[in-house]
Amino acid sequence: MSTAQPAVTFRSVSKVFNERARDRVKALDDINLEIQPGEFISLIGPSGCGKSTLLRLVGDLIAPSAGTVLVNGKPAPQARLNREYGMVFQQATLYDWRTISHNVQLPLEVLGWPAAKREARAREMLRLVQLEEFARHYPWQLSGGMQQRVAIARALAFEPSILLMDEPFGALDEMTRERLQLEVLRLWSQTGKTVIFVTHSIPEAVFLSTRVVVMSARPGRISGVVEIDLPQPRGFETREHPRFFEKITEVRERLRQDEVRTPSA
Amino acid sequence: MTVAQPLETQPTAVPGLPGWWPAVRRAGSVLLILLVLVGAWEGYKALGAATGGLIPFTALPLPVRADDKSMPHVWTIVGVLFQPARRGAEQLLWQILLEAALFTWREALAGFVVGSLVGFLLGVVFVHSPLLERGLMPYVVASQTVPLLAIAPMVVIWGSRLGWPAWASVTIISAYLTFFPVAINTLRGLNSPEPTALELMRSYAATRRQILWKLRLPAALPYLFTALKISASVSVIGAIVGELPSGIPDGLGRALLTFSYYYITGPEKLYAAILFSALLGLTFVVLVMLVERLVLPAQRRLE
Ligand SMILES: Nc1ncnc2c1ncn2[C@@H]1O[C@H](COP(=O)(O)OP(=O)(O)OP(=O)(O)O)[C@@H](O)[C@H]1O
Ligand SMILES: [Mg+2]
Repeated sequence: MSTAQPAVTFRSVSKVFNERARDRVKALDDINLEIQPGEFISLIGPSGCGKSTLLRLVGDLIAPSAGTVLVNGKPAPQARLNREYGMVFQQATLYDWRTISHNVQLPLEVLGWPAAKREARAREMLRLVQLEEFARHYPWQLSGGMQQRVAIARALAFEPSILLMDEPFGALDEMTRERLQLEVLRLWSQTGKTVIFVTHSIPEAVFLSTRVVVMSARPGRISGVVEIDLPQPRGFETREHPRFFEKITEVRERLRQDEVRTPSA
Repeated sequence: MTVAQPLETQPTAVPGLPGWWPAVRRAGSVLLILLVLVGAWEGYKALGAATGGLIPFTALPLPVRADDKSMPHVWTIVGVLFQPARRGAEQLLWQILLEAALFTWREALAGFVVGSLVGFLLGVVFVHSPLLERGLMPYVVASQTVPLLAIAPMVVIWGSRLGWPAWASVTIISAYLTFFPVAINTLRGLNSPEPTALELMRSYAATRRQILWKLRLPAALPYLFTALKISASVSVIGAIVGELPSGIPDGLGRALLTFSYYYITGPEKLYAAILFSALLGLTFVVLVMLVERLVLPAQRRLE
């Protein structure tokens, strides 16, 4: 562990939106966090506490106002240019005019892969998320859960070492959600990627993660980190494990303490 | 970037009916509306005849005179199409009007192509340069507030000084009308992708050009076709208006002008020419719609 370079490092990072305007928002304040390669990290906290902002800083979709964000030891912008992470949003964000297969090939086209290689990879990725039969379909012909699986396949297609997921299952029903959770865990253990996963669901965070990062709002801070030392690989039996409930309680207490300190607005 | 669309958005075929049935039904509804219009026209005339040109139960005259000199019967208008255009002439009126319409359409088509290209390029430039957009957009908008009737003669005069053929001036006048809807809608379409769709491209470190080709342009296509349908109809108007000061004798512009001189003695010829002008615009729009159907699946069309 100590020899490996951290996958993500936050060093005294803060983020202020609209710095000089009246609607100035301090979204993140003094964030320090180190994520090791192969970890599955969940970010949890009240709405507006800066989870998406934190994820977008890792992806260099926005720049920090102060401090440094390192990804695989490099500044985040450099890591983005090297295509070291894949992003999955709450909405699948598939392009309507592309077939499922061509949606998965999109990043590969941007990277300039030859067509034959692209198609082979798309097939492989769609097999991974069990959607091979839908390669020639269009996004509107798929259910929300299927679309989200395509988005995951697309994010994994170019083999980034880090997967950033912002409430990827937020818009899905409970059943689909549990199926996809297992699927993500399977992909994670098969590929050994680092995953940073934003969620509002405490059981989801505990079930999936090796560590849960609990955040508090106004300004966004990390209020605690809960190690989830439940046995791997996780499966249906994990949810019945007595420690599963202990961990859920621990995360919930952690969140409640913040609530007591900062009365909700 | 529709996400939560229902699974079944294709029009479901009615079992037991052939695939072309929807087309027949659509044609049927167009015919029905035509019949209603004809009925309204003739009904108004009948009303005028019954009341002696007055609004019923009042002494006020009807807003438009309903006699045969102002509003000929529909069958008179259709009938005149199948009579010689002038006394002693060999060609029937519909043949003359069809030739004129085809001539005008060629000018309109040239204006449509030039105007659409210019509008499209402006849209692409504007989406990449907010500075140019802010600087030029007011002029683009202002260009459409100047009356076309004022601009057309000016273009014709400049054109003839520069030695252009007359049709070239007409093309420019037509293009002047068509570039505007295309520029506005192209810009809207290029800006239509959701922020996350753009962030996705950013996460791949895509170049501007890749973002344009793989995201902005395909996303803009439905908007572009909406604009092209508008442009198709205004290009015909631009061509007809442009023909008047250019003195082009072969198009619908001259036909409309000539028949309006003879309005007192034979209004049905003017109505016939108006009918052909409307049909020309309509045909052009339908052509663009057919291309749209080939290019865009039903789910992506804006209607
Ligand atoms: N582009 C932006 N401009 C201005 N303020 C922003 C912007 N993005 C986020 N914020 C602000 O930063 C704070 C954190 O937002 P963020 O989206 O990171 O929260 P979150 O934890 O992801 O919330 P949620 O759980 O509701 O998604 C909020 O107060 C929000 O208003
Ligand atoms: Mg968020």
